[in-house]
Amino acid sequence: MVAVLTRIFGMHNLALAEDVVQDAFCRALEVWAFRGVPENPSAWLMTAAKHRALDVLRREKTARTCEPELSKWLQSEWTLASEVEEMFTHDAIKDDQLRMMFSCCHPQLAEEAQVMLMLHILCGFGIGEVASAFVTSYTAVEKRIPRAKKVLAGSKRLFDTRASSEFSARLPAVHRALYLLFNEGYHGASAESAVRAELCQEAMRLAALLLQHPLGATPASYALSALMCLDKARLPARLDAEGKLNPLSDQDRSLWDQALVGEGLQLLELSAKGPDLTEYHIEAAIAAVHATAPSIQQTDWEKIVPLYDTLMSIRPSPIVALNRAIAIGQREGPERGLEALRAITDSERLSNYPFYHAAFGESELQSDRPAKAREHFSVALRLSRNPMERQFFEQRLNVCR
Amino acid sequence: MSDFTFLYRGRDTNASPEQMQKTMERWRAWFKQLGENGHLKDIGHPLENTGKVVKGKQKFVTDGPFAETKDVVGGFTLIQARDLEHAVELSKGCPILEVGGSVEVRPIQALNM
Repeated sequence: MVAVLTRIFGMHNLALAEDVVQDAFCRALEVWAFRGVPENPSAWLMTAAKHRALDVLRREKTARTCEPELSKWLQSEWTLASEVEEMFTHDAIKDDQLRMMFSCCHPQLAEEAQVMLMLHILCGFGIGEVASAFVTSYTAVEKRIPRAKKVLAGSKRLFDTRASSEFSARLPAVHRALYLLFNEGYHGASAESAVRAELCQEAMRLAALLLQHPLGATPASYALSALMCLDKARLPARLDAEGKLNPLSDQDRSLWDQALVGEGLQLLELSAKGPDLTEYHIEAAIAAVHATAPSIQQTDWEKIVPLYDTLMSIRPSPIVALNRAIAIGQREGPERGLEALRAITDSERLSNYPFYHAAFGESELQSDRPAKAREHFSVALRLSRNPMERQFFEQRLNVCR
Repeated sequence: MSDFTFLYRGRDTNASPEQMQKTMERWRAWFKQLGENGHLKDIGHPLENTGKVVKGKQKFVTDGPFAETKDVVGGFTLIQARDLEHAVELSKGCPILEVGGSVEVRPIQALNM
């Protein structure tokens, strides 16, 4: 909604667009309290926002300051209503979201700030959710987002998705944002649930939007979509019947969505064009090995470890190092896994990440040192960010008895 | 290029909301086309059918314009065209003609005083 409204009011009126959305939500709360929630709440909100936008345009004449081509139609009563109507149609919203995705990736903003902005404006992430997606503090994000918005508001026009060189330059940041969005859904730190499929769905939808654009359908875009499909395919087994987190080793693989696996493998094949090798290619390749393995024991760890090595050389991060260490443990036994875990540089950045401590716990457990494993799982439990994680670590703790 | 005014008469104001929307879509498409070809100087506005008429030195104010609906000016646009003939040609695409209305094409007069 903010994306559409920003196109209407102009980028420098981002705050106004957000106000209109806020207004629509407030009206919804008032009206729905009396009449109950309508059958199609999102359509209701869209209509409310649309009416509000018309009011604002008529009263404040903000249209004058946005794109001249557009403002011409917004200034006349002949076309104002139908023009706004048009902008709220399905196709136009798709375009606006793509445009907004790229607008957020403003070159004056650090990559991280771009992504934060996208998650915040386009995906409705609260400050807390953005902070957890970035493994950073609430206050840091609270400061950065308004600053980033100011930069956006300073740019007079929205990103033109037809300009090819700018498009290509900004594409990597867009990929990164979608990747983070997907991960937030998959490994989510939300208070209510460990997995939020709707966030994954959202990321996949936006990624598919990219593939529909002639300039967006690059090998990296295909690789990213492949990665999402292959990971998403495993989601049905990630939670058990009681909604508890289920580790890869215990998952019922018959629940994996084979249609999505197929789609992912196909997309991975499409990504294998040209010389570009991105982290998405590697991660999708790793996901493909998992998705096609009949069990954890029969997984081809020989393939996976070198893929993690390559990933460390393309985009090193403590989380990648952590996963690499786990893979080494699978290939060469828990003692070697522990060595690899201890060898992680920058590990202080993982000190608040519960699964870092859980990885130590699993290795100690496999090495038959339940007391040590207990210590690690206790730390993980203390750091758990939602009830699912808590239950999961409690269950692991029980195993250590 | 000279400037002309299109005065629209006979807008169907009793149409159902669906019909209205369809008609407005047609207007919009027509305006877009005029705009793309560089003929739209000022798109203007539609006008309500009611209002007041102020008349004479006494400045009599009456409700109005009580004429037959089909005679009331329902909107205006400023057009750029080569000559009157060209402007008339352009006016033939106006959706109001489909619903029995009319377009009055008037050259803008240059007042040299």
